[in-house]
Amino acid sequence: MSLINIENVCRTYLPGGEPIRALDAVSIEMEAGEFAAIMGPSGSGKSTFMHILGCLDTPTSGRYLLDGQDVSTMSPDRLAEIRGTKIGFVFQGFNLIPRTNALENVELPMLYNGLGAAERRRKAMEALKTVGLEGREKHNPNQLSGGQQQRVAIARAIVNDARIILADEPTGNLDTKTGGEIMDLFVRLNRERGKTIIIVTHEADIAAYSRRTIRFLDGRITGDQRR
Amino acid sequence: MINIPSTVKISLRALMVNRMRSVLTMLGIIIGVASVITMMAVGTGAGRKISEQMATIGSNLLMVFSGAATSGGQRMGAGTQPTLTVGDVEAIRRECGAVEDAAPLVNSTMQVVYGNQNWSTIIIGTTPNMLDIREWGVAAGRPFMEEDVRSASKVCLLGQTVADNLFGGMDPVGQTVRIKDVPFTVIGLLRKKGQNPSGQDQDDTIYLPITTAQKRLFGSTLYNMVRIIFIKTRSFEDLEPAERQVTELLRQRHHIGPRQDDDFSVRNLTQIMQSAEQSVSIITALLSAIASVSLLVGGIGIMNIMLVSVTERTKEIGIRMAVGAKAADIRFQFIIEALLLSLIGGMGGIAIGAAGSALISVFADWPTIITAWSILMAFGFSVAVGIFFGFYPAYKASLLNPIEALRYE
Repeated sequence: MSLINIENVCRTYLPGGEPIRALDAVSIEMEAGEFAAIMGPSGSGKSTFMHILGCLDTPTSGRYLLDGQDVSTMSPDRLAEIRGTKIGFVFQGFNLIPRTNALENVELPMLYNGLGAAERRRKAMEALKTVGLEGREKHNPNQLSGGQQQRVAIARAIVNDARIILADEPTGNLDTKTGGEIMDLFVRLNRERGKTIIIVTHEADIAAYSRRTIRFLDGRITGDQRR
Repeated sequence: MINIPSTVKISLRALMVNRMRSVLTMLGIIIGVASVITMMAVGTGAGRKISEQMATIGSNLLMVFSGAATSGGQRMGAGTQPTLTVGDVEAIRRECGAVEDAAPLVNSTMQVVYGNQNWSTIIIGTTPNMLDIREWGVAAGRPFMEEDVRSASKVCLLGQTVADNLFGGMDPVGQTVRIKDVPFTVIGLLRKKGQNPSGQDQDDTIYLPITTAQKRLFGSTLYNMVRIIFIKTRSFEDLEPAERQVTELLRQRHHIGPRQDDDFSVRNLTQIMQSAEQSVSIITALLSAIASVSLLVGGIGIMNIMLVSVTERTKEIGIRMAVGAKAADIRFQFIIEALLLSLIGGMGGIAIGAAGSALISVFADWPTIITAWSILMAFGFSVAVGIFFGFYPAYKASLLNPIEALRYE
């Protein structure tokens, strides 16, 4: 059984009148430990796919089995639970909570799964160490560089031992050198920790870090290459 | 699972970020709670003052006034036409089941002289049981007895005010005072009683046997006549039956026909006081209700600011949802925030209300009493306001779609 099993998934929006089919009968399987890049021009459906993959959205039709569980029909609360335990998000704009230090930002996912304060702190410190931010625990986001902020976001994504990390243009706001460092971090997490990493990007350089490239166009998968 | 300490910490930080805004929002609750506390303190103080004054008259009292005199077409006040007699008093004591005791009273304002001092005061002629009925007694010396009434002896009891004015610091017991040139031996000094509810000094008086007053002071026309009868009943519940029984008995004794007016009037002092007390508590409730309108306005202020806060923090809500916060977690966070606003405001209001009540006591010389109940009520009210007005913004926040919330800039 693969970690991600998507069968015939459609996602239709009705922004008023004409329905827009953002995803059109998409089927794909992904194994645990994969490092994949999702590419495609804007409007190709890759963001919608990402939202469904990350359990932020549910398909209009079709089935999505995550780790053997059918998440396509789950209630919003159950989806929140899945997001909190199985998926870590990394965004282009970092999406850290302002005026809240690095440590507390990393602790955030654990606030919602009932971990005690001491345990939260221990795990957050450990995650910050993994991303190389030891000593920056008390810094607020505005005191950190873009690369450092993205590292905090990555620490937040791995702190709950999520098996999947979904990164949406994670280097989009960073310079090439820092972007490269962030990509190296993803590679390390993939190799050393066995994390399944899925990165949405439109840069070929970034996609080159992955071992599989999935291309989207007009709501369909038009290419799926492995290296 | 909801993590209360962390949620409170997050909420406090959010409130601290917009310190000025938070304080201004709290102001509505502060003013509301402070005014409710102050109004209740003022009302409770007034009620207590009335009860205290009521206790000085004596409890469970009826007063029967003799009829009004008509002089040249003008009807004078109650008690001006003596229609009651000592016999009436005896009959009331004997025949009215609800009456515990009754005492006659005749009074007049006269000049009292001691040495080179003189003082105008109310001379009251009565029987010894009057002191029991009025729950009064002597501070020094002895009260007069039945024998004094029977023999119309020239003895008297001085009220504190009279004693102070005639004797200064000296002990008046055993001295002789003159009223209308009649010498009276002071046999006792009455206990201090203070003002009655209408503000009259009850210590500015001299008590003497009714017979002595009638024979020696008030002239023969009033012989055997009584101005007022004081009646005490066993309990508050007996007041009304006693009033009925006394009215019936006196109409009979005074031969008043079915269609004729009474030539006396019965006043139920305790009931009058009770209703005064009641109106004070109604006014208190009314003032508090008006004050609590500002609590309502404060609550709306909280709702308004919470709605702004939810909009401002849409992205944060999206982030929290992405990392696993459920609708209930988000709801809880914003309700806690609203609750903190109203709770802190409520506590500030209690402090300011207490200070305001103290100031009113000092500067307006009005007794104020802050009860645990009023504090509890104000506190509970502010909690309720926080939860009630915090709920809608919190609910709105929890309904956000995580994808759209994350996109919000």
